[in-house]
Amino acid sequence: MSLGSFSLRINGENRVVEAYPMERLLDILREHLGLIGTKEGCGEGECGACSVLINGELVNSCLIPVAQADGAEITTIEGVANGEDLHPAQKAFLACGGAQCGMCTPGMIVATVNLLNKHPHPTAEQIREGLNGNLCRCTGYMRIFQAVEEAARTGSEK
Amino acid sequence: MRSDPRDYEFSSPGTLAGALSLLNREPGQWLPVAGGTEVMVQYSSGRLDARRMLNLWDIQELKQITEGADSLRIGGGCTFAQIREHSAVQKYFPLLAKAAAWTGSIANQNRATIAGNIVNASPAADSPPALLVHEAELELVSTAGTRRISYGDFHLSYKKTALKPNELLLAIHLPKRFVKWFSYCQKTGARNAQAISKVCIAGIGKLSGGRVETVHLALGAVAPIPLRLRKTEKVLLDAELTKHTVAEAQRALAGEISPIEDIRSSAEYRRQVAANLLEDLLESFAASECGQ
Amino acid sequence: MQKERIVGTSVLRKEGIAKVRGAARYIDDTSFPGMIFGATVRSAIPRGRILNIKFDDGIPWNEFTIVSAKDIPGENTIALINRDWPCLASEFINHPEEPILLLGHSDRHLLTKAVNAVRVEYEVLPSIHSIEESEWGDIIVWGENNVFKSFQINKGDVDGTWAKADFIVEGEYTTGAQEHLYIENNGVIADFTPDTGLTIWGSMQCPFYVHKSLLAISALPEDKVRIIQVETGGAFGGKEDYPSMIGAHAALLAMKAQRPVKIVYDRMEDMVATTKRHPSRTRIRTAVTKDGKLLGADIEFTLDGGAYSTLSPTVLSRGTIHAGGPYFWPNIRVRSKAFATSCPPHGAFRGFGAPQSLFAMERHMDRVANALGLPPEELRRRNFLSQGLTTATGQEIREAVDLDHLLARAFELSDYQSKRERFNRDNPTAKKKKGIGFAAFLHGAGFTGSGERYLNSVAAMDGTPDGRLRVLVSSTEFGQGTNTILCQIAAETLGIDYDAVEIAPPDTSVVPNSGPTVASRTTMIVGKLVHSAALGLRQTLQSGGLLGTRWTTEEFCAAVRTHVARYGSLRSDSRYEAPAYVYWDDEKYSGDAYPAFAWAVYVAEITLDTVSYGVTVDDFVAVQEVGRVLNPVLATGQIEGGIAQGIGYALYEKVQWDRGRMANGQMTNYIIPTSQDIPSMKIYFEELPFASGAFGAKGIGELPMDGPAPAILNAVSFAAGKDFNAIPLMAEDICASLSAKSVSEEAVAV
Repeated sequence: MSLGSFSLRINGENRVVEAYPMERLLDILREHLGLIGTKEGCGEGECGACSVLINGELVNSCLIPVAQADGAEITTIEGVANGEDLHPAQKAFLACGGAQCGMCTPGMIVATVNLLNKHPHPTAEQIREGLNGNLCRCTGYMRIFQAVEEAARTGSEK
Repeated sequence: MRSDPRDYEFSSPGTLAGALSLLNREPGQWLPVAGGTEVMVQYSSGRLDARRMLNLWDIQELKQITEGADSLRIGGGCTFAQIREHSAVQKYFPLLAKAAAWTGSIANQNRATIAGNIVNASPAADSPPALLVHEAELELVSTAGTRRISYGDFHLSYKKTALKPNELLLAIHLPKRFVKWFSYCQKTGARNAQAISKVCIAGIGKLSGGRVETVHLALGAVAPIPLRLRKTEKVLLDAELTKHTVAEAQRALAGEISPIEDIRSSAEYRRQVAANLLEDLLESFAASECGQ
Repeated sequence: MQKERIVGTSVLRKEGIAKVRGAARYIDDTSFPGMIFGATVRSAIPRGRILNIKFDDGIPWNEFTIVSAKDIPGENTIALINRDWPCLASEFINHPEEPILLLGHSDRHLLTKAVNAVRVEYEVLPSIHSIEESEWGDIIVWGENNVFKSFQINKGDVDGTWAKADFIVEGEYTTGAQEHLYIENNGVIADFTPDTGLTIWGSMQCPFYVHKSLLAISALPEDKVRIIQVETGGAFGGKEDYPSMIGAHAALLAMKAQRPVKIVYDRMEDMVATTKRHPSRTRIRTAVTKDGKLLGADIEFTLDGGAYSTLSPTVLSRGTIHAGGPYFWPNIRVRSKAFATSCPPHGAFRGFGAPQSLFAMERHMDRVANALGLPPEELRRRNFLSQGLTTATGQEIREAVDLDHLLARAFELSDYQSKRERFNRDNPTAKKKKGIGFAAFLHGAGFTGSGERYLNSVAAMDGTPDGRLRVLVSSTEFGQGTNTILCQIAAETLGIDYDAVEIAPPDTSVVPNSGPTVASRTTMIVGKLVHSAALGLRQTLQSGGLLGTRWTTEEFCAAVRTHVARYGSLRSDSRYEAPAYVYWDDEKYSGDAYPAFAWAVYVAEITLDTVSYGVTVDDFVAVQEVGRVLNPVLATGQIEGGIAQGIGYALYEKVQWDRGRMANGQMTNYIIPTSQDIPSMKIYFEELPFASGAFGAKGIGELPMDGPAPAILNAVSFAAGKDFNAIPLMAEDICASLSAKSVSEEAVAV
């Protein structure tokens, strides 16, 4: 019922937002901070288009009240590249055709980054499991699996 | 998004004592929210009746897993990711580790908590069968102190539990004595990830001289509550696992469960698959060398 | 002859960098100053008459813009083929979730409350919830007999074949509705000023379709309606027809509010209120000799069209024409009808009627083979179409297609024969039964019959003052690769680098109408137009002396700059010309239905778990002949994505209907495969260049939708030893079919 002040460290930058505690982190990112890369596909935590990293863990930002993200370190798709240099996952998605319509892509890449952080050389099974919360309707996942393998090969850094 | 954030109050006491104090002062007024994977879905679809949220996510006292000589204590606020990755869970309670890995997706597991799952009391939840067969004990806490209750006595009827309005689920205690037992679990759902169970089964047991010495069986999604199959277990006690015994056990099972028709599946399917799962479990049990 | 450097290679997706950076802007990523939001009040009943609309207290209604049918300046219709689809219900409701009122406000959350605070009172009228109910004709919900459209194809004399047949095989095959589930929901922004007129930005496939519909709604002149497609997050046909509806809604609010209006659906609204794939029922009766020669087929093909006709006539048409499959039928009759029922109208979905009728034919062929005691592949081989033979519509196959070869290749790649033998041997004692099955099929690319002539498409290329080359088409990108392919074609033709060519945003005030982005026509037909426009542009520079016989990219761009500086502009347009040999009779529904067909054989390997009755697809092989592959990565991605949708169509995606309303309108309950459900896929292309297609290409977008479901059901039927003829095939259906006795019965027996 009243606005709160929440400190978020987004892609390495400290931000303070005035918001209602139950505003979804997804809406904070998109509407308060103009970071439109994170998408809403379902609003029920099923499609993963809203995936971000909170304190290094993969989460669905549509299910997180901003109050619970207070003080957290958040990585969105905008923070995956190193300035002009694309992350190996992004380069691989490009080269392998892992993005078609692009709507699942930000979440899928964030999930890939998370997977490679935990398993730098993932098995096929680990890849499938690592992406099991990110739905894609266009690719049939094959090019995405290839992109993840390619990214692992070319080396992943945070 | 079908709810208005401006309509909600959100309290973050930050400590267990603070949370309990609030719950005691204003029982039934505050909805505890941990990972939010259930509450926020309702909120987003405009189906959340509660308007005052009590934040449990930042309460560290709820988030520990501690191993004792005889039991494992899992804090209510532990996520399924934490649970599945813990070495003691993997060693002593592989069924629980599996159930945790089957819950939702990686992102859901990073947020969904075991207490949230238990208290939400969906009869189709993945962890309850594993908890039931391991004879878990719940530690409930309020400003009055803690009390223990057998998990088997916790679910009273559909979505009604023994949790009092001023209580929180502090921890789940699991005895470590089952480590050499036969264990089996299976989940059937609409797909391999992010699927709510149509039927899920868990079972542990010991054979002795080719007969069933002990067996603990539990099913999810076939009754208003997660179900320990006491009648079926009774039929199996002391019996040899022949085709005849299996058929008898299936009959007992049919008498214990009351599956329903819902958006996910049919009563007939649940009935039939429960019987198939039991048979598969018992066949694996018979072929195992646990305690023989 | 210079070898192609760009066409045929997997150049990077034109808009790919923006997509992987999360910088691509979809409609909900955009806001305008002063913009408000729009929401829709929808019907709660399947059919009835609106008696009264009340507005609850507690909402500051005076702050809202409220639009009803009375506010429509032009015609209250979303014009597609017929004009029966109301933009807003005025008196009568014909399906659940039918739009009645539009509300506009700057506060998105208040808007949701306002929608819930509108109370509509109805007089309930009888409604229809199945094809059969509609056929009975007791209740009429549309026209005189509930029939949107009917067709009949006649070739030879089917009725004379029954007496000559050694076997007559009959069957009924059904398919369910399918939801597109693009990851981006429908959304638009509309703005209106009396000077500039109406502008609509949005997620869509066909800006000129929206343009046409908005002319009827707004009663504005052509040059005062402007439609701009923005980055679109998946479509699959679901944004072919529907954007005209949501666009009209936003436009009406914008015209009344005199503010820009954004309408973006959430997932539930998109699922319950927008179009789906037409459910179907096909009845096939075939006459065949004991040697496995097909003598004749009598096919009744029926679609459920929902409450309004929308695109049912064309979906029915394509399904009808494909009903015979890739076989030579000396005699065949196809009688097809699309019926009205009381659910939201069904619409375009990748495949467009062909997945439905091809499913039936491929299941039927396996059953015919079983009846004859022939291996299913042998029955196919004895009846495949080939060069010189004619289809059901009498179209002569002019290309040297070799389906035997495709079949052999698919079998080789999938190890079909030895697996089939092994599974046969092992299944009787296995709890997890294995199956392997295949489907052979074809898919016509481009609009049916005279459709392409009627579309009369135009594509253009121009040069900008700073030397950039632009492709100007109304064809849209929504993941399938339009931007990339058309720029590849242009660059190859102009002889310059791929990076020097861009594609203009599909803005109806800028680009010519190259037709809708549907029907697997973009590469084949529009690509060909881009090719000739590029040739024209190149020739202009050459004949003007600005370009010699060879050039670098820099030299080309310099020539463009010079020309534009000298003459003010540089542009070349190209208009569609039908290949001379394509002839179609709309009356008799016979002749050359499509300029070209793509051909395929798909093989699915499955496991049927007799404990859970669940089916998983373990492996998938797809062999197709598609003319020429212009971008291997994109083409493979299209096939893989289509296979995934086909697997969903067969085994996972069930729309649960509750008196015309989709009851499972959430991603939790409408199930598509995740990364852990999808099999490994082997995709192979054969290439017989098609002379009339761009660089020899034929269309491939819809082809992969046709094969998976019948291949999978053939495999499951093999594994189970029982026929399954309906999709979606859920574990519950298999359980009902396979579980012999209930446990309590068994007790009595003992």
